[in-house]
This record gives sequence, structure tokens and C-alpha cells, in this order.
Amino acid sequence: MAAITSVGEAPLTATARKPGGMQAGRRRRLNLFRYVTFTVFGVFFLVPLWSMVRFSFAGTNPGSWSVTPWKQITAPPGSSGAPDLLGAIEITLELAVLTCLVVLVLLVPTMIWIHLKVRWISRAFEFLCLLPLTIPAIVLVVGLAPIYNFIRHYQLSALQLFWAYVILALPYAYRALATGLGAIDVTTLSEAARSLGASWFTVMFRVIAPNMWQAILNATLLSAALVLGEFTIAFLLLYTNLQVALYYTARATANAGVVFSTSTAALLFAFTLLVILSYVGRRRRRG
Amino acid sequence: MAVASTTQTGARPGRAGRRLAAPSWVGTVPFLCYVGIFLLLPTGIVIWGAVRNSTGFQFSNLKLLGNSDVRSYFVGSIELSAITAVVGAVLGAVLAYAIASGNPDGAVRRFSLAGSGVLAQFGGVTLAFAFSATIGPVGYLTQASWFYDFPQGIVPIYVYFQVPLMVLVFLPAIDGLRIQWREASENLGGSTWHYWRYVGGPLLAPAFTGALLLLFANALSAFATIQAWENQIAYTVPQQISVAISSEVGTANPSEADVLALGMVVMVAIIMTGYALLQRRAARWLR
Repeated sequence: MAAITSVGEAPLTATARKPGGMQAGRRRRLNLFRYVTFTVFGVFFLVPLWSMVRFSFAGTNPGSWSVTPWKQITAPPGSSGAPDLLGAIEITLELAVLTCLVVLVLLVPTMIWIHLKVRWISRAFEFLCLLPLTIPAIVLVVGLAPIYNFIRHYQLSALQLFWAYVILALPYAYRALATGLGAIDVTTLSEAARSLGASWFTVMFRVIAPNMWQAILNATLLSAALVLGEFTIAFLLLYTNLQVALYYTARATANAGVVFSTSTAALLFAFTLLVILSYVGRRRRRG
Repeated sequence: MAVASTTQTGARPGRAGRRLAAPSWVGTVPFLCYVGIFLLLPTGIVIWGAVRNSTGFQFSNLKLLGNSDVRSYFVGSIELSAITAVVGAVLGAVLAYAIASGNPDGAVRRFSLAGSGVLAQFGGVTLAFAFSATIGPVGYLTQASWFYDFPQGIVPIYVYFQVPLMVLVFLPAIDGLRIQWREASENLGGSTWHYWRYVGGPLLAPAFTGALLLLFANALSAFATIQAWENQIAYTVPQQISVAISSEVGTANPSEADVLALGMVVMVAIIMTGYALLQRRAARWLR
């Protein structure tokens, strides 16, 4: 754009050329600013990650390279007193799936129903969905402790954490789904389906939900990434998920390479989920 | 219902009418029950635990807030949150501007945003490990002697997730700045300084202040990172809540946890209300 302006304004007088020149100068300065900013922030953000990666390939001698820390992820728990990392990874992935399912089952039909039938409740509903953002996990866990004491009478598995994780994922999933729901004409779709004899079940799951699948995928990815990184609630309710296992492994054996390899893997996994999400978002904007 | 429509065709209109007239908000009951049990009930338990003691409803527990130890946790929390919120907001705003001035569909933006999402929301304890590997006791970059000091040892780690959060919440505001405003300012003879002083700055001010508050609340409620930090002394409210509710060392004190948690809820609620108001003010210029 700067090029077009300067070509177009070249034959004009000096007073007119001056703003054009300023524009080109500004573009140059902006580019310089961008390069400097990205370099400085790149260093700040990449050096810790690089250190972590380097430590995840550390051998027994200082400065040597080895893939042992990556192999140790799948190794059975040794005599070092460190927790079973593979078991923790498994339980965390199961928790992610379970949380996503419950979030979707709880939110999608309710949101569609509210959109169609009970509009007057939607402000209160939004408030409830965003409320977990204002109640820190550390506070929630204080109140959840008695409830989990009750749950533990019946079931001890760490999978029970999903009850709390659904609440944590609620704001993120709600915002993703609300965007998707706002982008389609829910009323017309449902009236068309209803007048052709569809039941409410068909309207929700065979007409509206397929039309907002990107939003549903968004909500799923965000909820999954959230579960992968969750520490506070699991730690304080004395369950072992991935982050808690990492924490105790680091405590039991200082600077164990396996801590760094698993951390790197977890961050990369969450990063991949969010990159996929960004592509999904782009396709919707185009269509 | 599908069965009903095939068998009782004659009797149906009247019944269907009455059914729809029967409260349609019933469809939201499963959601409300879930949120009631796992969000509202825990919050209620915290508040109730903070204002009662063995003899019934009393405010004597709240006197704990005047205790000098307890006050020092709040001071520590506020100090850490304020420093990291200001640093994170300023740096994050610069980075957000650099990202926004590039190609809106480019790879730089996509990867920056996905990376920001991971670091801001899903990092958990792994971020503490990354810094331990970088500037910790056997750090790759340097073995900083101040790594164990509060707050300077923990501030870089907090900034590491505050800057990405700032990028995520502030980018929409910068995207909302229209190129026409810049051009209008230039046509009227305004310099870059004039533009930012009289146009861009005032437009972004509410969004920036709102984001600053959000970052403050975010640092206030963060627990995982500081817990995984190698210094094990409790400096902040979340750490002390954790000490008070876990009975490992025989110092469990549930009512202290409740009071501290209530203090946090009140602080975060005030901050988030301010954030919501500023967001509404900022939204006037977006799109």
C-alpha cells in the first residue's frame, strides 16, 4: 500500500509528497519495531523452553546427550519413590475425554434450549457459566473438599476429578459455544425442523449441533488443554494426575531428566491442540 | 414423545399446548443442579465456614484477617500480583501491537496465539520447571543466586504467563483500532506521538486498564507455579490456604482456610467487577 501511494503521488508537489514519505518512513520504523520486539520476546520465551528441552536430553555426565529421560516416561515406577508417571498420563487423558464429554452433554442441549425457549434466563445463565473465572481454583477446592469426602465414600478413583474439572472448563466452553450459536440462525433452523415433524432431540442433535461443529470442537480442545495443565485441585484433593505426578517426581529426585521430558511433551501436546484450534477458527471466518 | 405423536393424534393438540405452557425452564434443571452442587455449594461452604465457629453464627473467625501473619500473606500476594500485572501488561501490550500489525492470517500470528494460549492458561507446574532449568540451581543459562528470593525469583516465572495472557485479552482491542483513524490523524497533520496521545491511547485506555485488572486477579489466584517453585516457604494467600487445608504436618486449620479463601473471593470479585465494567466501556469502540 505504501508503494502504491508513493507511485501515485510522485508527480505532485512537495507538500503532497511529504505525507507519502512519512508513510514509508513509518512502515520502515514499524517493521524495525516488529523485528526487535519479536527477537526480544522470542529470546525471553524460547530460552526457558530450550533449557527444558536441553535438560530432557541430558545424559548422566554434564554436557552429554541422551534419550534416556524420554524412555523413562514409559518406564515402570522405580525404587526412587517417584510416582507412576505412565499411570498419571493415562488417568489425565481419560479425565480430559470424560470432562469434554460431560461439558458438551451439559452445555450444548441447555444452550440450544435456552436460545429457543427461555431467552429470559440467558443473562443469568451466562453469569453462572463465567462465574468460575472469578472463583479461583484454590478457593473452589476449599469448598469442594467436604463434597469430595462424600464422593470418596463411594468411589476412590482419580477419575472423579471430572466433576470439578467440568466447572473449571465451563467459561471457556461457554464462550466457544456461544460464538458458534450466535453465528447460525437457530430459530429458523428449529422451526423448519419442527414443522417437518422433527422431535426436539432431532432438532438439537441432528439439525443444530452439526451446524456448530467448529464451536463444539473449539470447546472440546480448550477443555482438554485445561485438564492437561490442571494441578491445584488434584493436588489439594490428594489425587494424582499428570501435573501432580510431575511435581512429586521433581521433589523426589531433583532435576530428574524425566520431569523435563514429560513437561516438554505435555506443553507440546497442548500447543498442538491450540494450533489445530486456530486452523478451525480460520475456516469458520472464511465460510 | 415420538410414540405419542403416532398413537394419540386426536388428543394431542390440547395436551401439547398444555405441555409447552408448562415451564420450559425445566430444560435447564440438569445444568442448574450440576452448577449448584459443584460451584455454588462449594462457594457457600467457604463463606459459611468463614463466618461461623463451633458455637454457631459468629464473625470471630474474620478477626484472623487482622492477624499480622495473615496480613503478611495478603501483602505478599498483592505485591507479587501488582508487580507482575504491571510488567506483564506493559510488555504484553507491546507484543500484542507487534502481532496485530502483521498479517492477520499469517503463521506468526497463529503460532504466537497458540503459544500464548498454552503458556497463559495451561502451563501449570511445567513453567516453574522451565525456569528451574534456565536460571535455577543447575540452570542452563545462569545459576542465579536470587532464584530463591521472594519476589524477584518468582516474578520472571509469573511474567512468563502474564505476558501471553495480556496478548490474548488485549489483541482484540488493538485489532479494533481502525486504519482510518490513523489516516484521519495524519491528514490533520498529526504525528505518531499525536496519534497515540490523542487517539489511540485514549481509545485503548479502558481496555488496557481492564486487562491490567484481569492480570492482577490472575496472579492473585495462581497457585500451581509458585507451589512448584523450589522455595517452599509460604508467601502468598493460595500457598497458605494449601498449608491450612492439608493435614500432612498436623497444622490443618480449616477455618483459617475458609477465612483466607473468603478474603480472596472478595478481592477477586471486586477486581473482576471492575474488569467487566471497563470491558463494557472498551467494547464501545470495538467493531
